[in-house]
Amino acid sequence: MAWIVAIVAALALVPELVSSNYVLGLLIVILFSAFLGQSWSILGGMCGQFSLGHASFFGIGLYVSFILQVNFGLSAWLALVAAIVAGAVIGLSIGFISFRYGLRGSYFALVTLAFAEVFRVIASALDITGGGTGRNLPTRVGLEHLQFSTKAGYFYFVLALFAVVQIVTWWIARGRLGARFLAIREDEDAAAALSVNVLQHKLIAIGISGAIAGCGGFFYGQYYYYVDPAIAFGPLQSVEILLAAIIGGMGTLFGPVLGAVVLRMAGELTQSVTGSAPGINLVLYGIVVIAIVRYMPNGVLGGFGALARRIPRRRRAAHAKAEAV
Amino acid sequence: MFDFSIVIQSVITGLMNGAVYALVALGLTLVFGVLHIINFAHGSLLMIAMYGVFFAHQILGIDPYLTIPAMMALMFAAGYLLQRFVIVEAGGGRDSNVLLITLGAALVIENLALYLWAADTRQLQLSYTLSVIDVGFALLPITRVIASAAACVIFAALWLLIERTNFGRAMRAVAKEPMGARVVGINVDRIYALTMGVGAASLGAAGALMLPIFYVTPQVGSVFALLAFTIVVLGGMGSTTGALVGGFVIGVIESLGSLFLGESLGQIGVFALFIAILVLRPRGLFGARV
Repeated sequence: MAWIVAIVAALALVPELVSSNYVLGLLIVILFSAFLGQSWSILGGMCGQFSLGHASFFGIGLYVSFILQVNFGLSAWLALVAAIVAGAVIGLSIGFISFRYGLRGSYFALVTLAFAEVFRVIASALDITGGGTGRNLPTRVGLEHLQFSTKAGYFYFVLALFAVVQIVTWWIARGRLGARFLAIREDEDAAAALSVNVLQHKLIAIGISGAIAGCGGFFYGQYYYYVDPAIAFGPLQSVEILLAAIIGGMGTLFGPVLGAVVLRMAGELTQSVTGSAPGINLVLYGIVVIAIVRYMPNGVLGGFGALARRIPRRRRAAHAKAEAV
Repeated sequence: MFDFSIVIQSVITGLMNGAVYALVALGLTLVFGVLHIINFAHGSLLMIAMYGVFFAHQILGIDPYLTIPAMMALMFAAGYLLQRFVIVEAGGGRDSNVLLITLGAALVIENLALYLWAADTRQLQLSYTLSVIDVGFALLPITRVIASAAACVIFAALWLLIERTNFGRAMRAVAKEPMGARVVGINVDRIYALTMGVGAASLGAAGALMLPIFYVTPQVGSVFALLAFTIVVLGGMGSTTGALVGGFVIGVIESLGSLFLGESLGQIGVFALFIAILVLRPRGLFGARV
């Protein structure tokens, strides 16, 4: 908890010190990836249910927010609440359908993938979603519209969201809920034998996860003003969300954050190395992903942890040798 | 509302596509059945095969159907090497990590294609592209007839390989009980790599059969990969019979779906079936047997 407060407080000072829009923009996408990664991590990392279709929750939040704001003239704040609720409802529905029938492992992963595709196809066919061409959000700057004229404004917005999700994660991890999630992840049958209500707790996990991802969809819309079916529900969206969580070290408090930093920096670096040639930056990105998995099989956080443990052990070994001599 | 003959035509088109889809799904179901991994690079391997066939025709002037043996050999090598030097080397046998590796490999392959060949859609123009065979109640495009017939033959050959050879027996042993297979002297890692090779080889053939019918872009793999996932789940993960039956069913559903619901919404039928199968009968139609 102290760490969360310290990091958020330190980050809150950044716009005072840095005026570069480039740096702020980069920090915004990093915090945003961390936010979505944490959403995945609560379900996939803590509770062990791998989702390959987190875009479903993200995209629903995004579309619900656009439709409510543009078609029904609702305020952005209400749209934010609606996006969160929509994400949770979709999460609970997909969760109920899958978990009710005991789908596990690869089967659950494939169901989530299929749902995202169903949503993508529906979104490309309907009028209210703007079909394949997508929709725009009119610019209305101001706190009441949750749109900001400066990068700093968006930075504080995403920082607030990030702080909330970090605290939620911390709260889950330290309490009974987290312990039950862990029990389900490690051994479902054993957890059930210890009178953990497996279905109920998986639903809680996917509900929280969906709500956070729906909220992420809302932020995306306010920041980029645009949505189309591929952005909202495309497989790449789901992949990016889970990459941050798994690369960083899933199920840990700071793993997804670290994953987001590493991936976004890698993306930025490869972009600057390769210039504007399409595709080649993502080639390097893919290689980085494989390399991280190869050399840090427990995620970047686990990699650092192992490294940190190894150094003192070597020292101790050296001491022991010295004493023996 | 629809002329009956249009429906017949649509069902036949679906069956013919289905045979090719079954070939694509065979590779995926083999890899899942034996290696127990979901290979996300499957679609990108298919895409690479399609480009290979395309350039063989454009540059060397080879008819797409004549490239099949060479494409199968090349794709076999690609799959073998991918398993041996990337997936085993980097995955360390952990499911979540192997998943990431295949995702990473797909990212690399797809974007390399995007870089090299841009996002343009490419299609082969052959002298017989538009030829049809009139069978009285329907007009059959010759490319689809060849594709479905050849797909059935190759599928049968691969089925014999799995069911009737020592290699196939070793493969099935590894699928059931990797530890036991190791104990009786089967080189499990070699079988894994060979299985991946066979899976990719089926994509080599499928690519050659599909190119005269469909266009190719760097992203085309994901479309067919999703269809293949659906087929594999419908047929039962790891079941070859399931891949064949599933291929035909999905082909027909896709074809009828786009007839009744239109091109974009037509895919809904496939995915709705996908979800229904996963929820109601996750074992698929034909249990789990390689």
